[in-house]
Amino acid sequence: MTQFNTYETVIGLEVHVELHTASKIFCGCSTSFGAPPNTHTCPICLGHPGVLPVLNRQAVDYAMKAAMALNCTVADVSKFDRKNYFYPDSPKAYQISQFDQPIGENGWIDIEVNGETKRIGITRLHLEEDAGKLTHVEGGFASLVDFNRVGTPLIEIVSEPDLRSPEETKAYLEKLRAIMQYCDVSDVKMEEGSLRCDANVSLRPWGQEKLGTRAELKNMNSFRGVQRGLEYEQLRQADILDANGTVVQETRRWDDAQGKTFAMRGKEESHDYRYFPDPDLVRLFIDSEWKERVRASIPELPDARQARYSAEYGLPAYDAAVITSSKKLADFFEESLVYTKDAKAVANWIMGDLLAYLNQNNKEIDAVSITGQGLGEMIGLLEKGTISGKIAKTVFKEMLESGKLPQQIVEEQGLVQISDEGAIKGIVEKVVAANPQSVEDYRAGKEKAIGFLVGQVMKESRGKANPGLANKLLVDYLNA
Amino acid sequence: MSIGMKDVEHVANLARLELSVDEKEQFVGQLNAILKYAEKLGELDTDGVEPTSHVLPVTNVMREDVVKESLSNEAALLNAPDDEDGQFKVPAVLE
Repeated sequence: MTQFNTYETVIGLEVHVELHTASKIFCGCSTSFGAPPNTHTCPICLGHPGVLPVLNRQAVDYAMKAAMALNCTVADVSKFDRKNYFYPDSPKAYQISQFDQPIGENGWIDIEVNGETKRIGITRLHLEEDAGKLTHVEGGFASLVDFNRVGTPLIEIVSEPDLRSPEETKAYLEKLRAIMQYCDVSDVKMEEGSLRCDANVSLRPWGQEKLGTRAELKNMNSFRGVQRGLEYEQLRQADILDANGTVVQETRRWDDAQGKTFAMRGKEESHDYRYFPDPDLVRLFIDSEWKERVRASIPELPDARQARYSAEYGLPAYDAAVITSSKKLADFFEESLVYTKDAKAVANWIMGDLLAYLNQNNKEIDAVSITGQGLGEMIGLLEKGTISGKIAKTVFKEMLESGKLPQQIVEEQGLVQISDEGAIKGIVEKVVAANPQSVEDYRAGKEKAIGFLVGQVMKESRGKANPGLANKLLVDYLNA
Repeated sequence: MSIGMKDVEHVANLARLELSVDEKEQFVGQLNAILKYAEKLGELDTDGVEPTSHVLPVTNVMREDVVKESLSNEAALLNAPDDEDGQFKVPAVLE
């Protein structure tokens, strides 16, 4: 069995992000997801001879925006190169990518793990085209190819080997996703493939400077998959090293169902891509005016928002980090604050009932009906005493499902809190008469009995009695 | 720089070409002749000359992000060696 303290894990990530342009990077075909196979293709993206690719300006703007948001230096001069390889998902037998003059270089992002901030370097960010989709059929004798996706603009973001654990890697990926989401350059959905990630993993004895031999992990299609794949690979390599073996440099595929990585049948020369400048695409000169225009379009990013939430609303750092980890969640938080001043209450409902519901149902905030207005107004009703905390839970659940505003739910379901003394007094008398033993216990000095009696009053009123008032009237009645 | 048998085999493999021994020998000769011809460029003094990746004095050619009509599925598959369910059908590629 492996001893974790023997080796240090070193991880670098290559992340591919699909940019959500309307059309492809070099032709006018649509990039929309889920169309019937081979209905979004043309001679350019099918790689017919003699066609001429023309660069999509929006794709360049998005790539620059992403590069700037990741603190990269944006190139003054950039160009496209051909990466040559044979694979049926690439109709031209080369992929148009960028080799030595990427859009962005030398960036970084900060991640937080176990309360500590760590800076992760970003080596480069470049633009390239996506490949088609292969489906294997006939017991492995044939493959079907759908070229709808070929030519979708991608940015590849390469990190420095600065990550030291699966947890740090997950934090890095989540931060990267959030930044892309805030920049609005991609849908960044791992499940739909608009965010994909390969990892280079190696181990080395603690204190050793030289990196160990790495394996490249592919096919980790979810955040959980990334973490599990890396954890498995850590153990696999440690076992090899423990037995004085050597780790082979190879590409390994993560199998989520089996929970293992497998060596892919590597062609030894597959990495000889023979890059050369694409003669069909002229160079890009990016002047400062262009850069400034793109820079001006970058909105407030997660770190800045998190700091503002702490400063402006006094949110604990943890709450602010959780809420800003998703742009949609942060927008929901801010929308709520248009309708209530109590930021801490909004944060509590988000961190509690809302996230519990979303995690339980594996949904994102935009898949439920509740609005920021709904939550804000509900907190207002609570403050005014119109509804009790218990009723609020019912109202909240109803808002998640129907999206109705709290006032309407309260009226339709008759959930208004009873704050009428006469009405509650009537219930108190009824409860006292029905529970002589508890009444006796209370009068005999067992203060705790009052809790049971208040509970009975709440039950009798079907949760609608104002609990504070019920408590007071009960005590008054028993002491009278 | 000169090309040997191994280089020809390597490049042929990358291009998925199966060559006979005669052909390989023929290409060793031809490729070396081509490289030798290109070496003439080395005679020029290129001090202070920026490396050139493109020969045209044109930069920043771009299009707006507008969707245009695509080919029909039938038209897209016209050159396919084989097809099935609206998709190109090719021999299996193992991962």
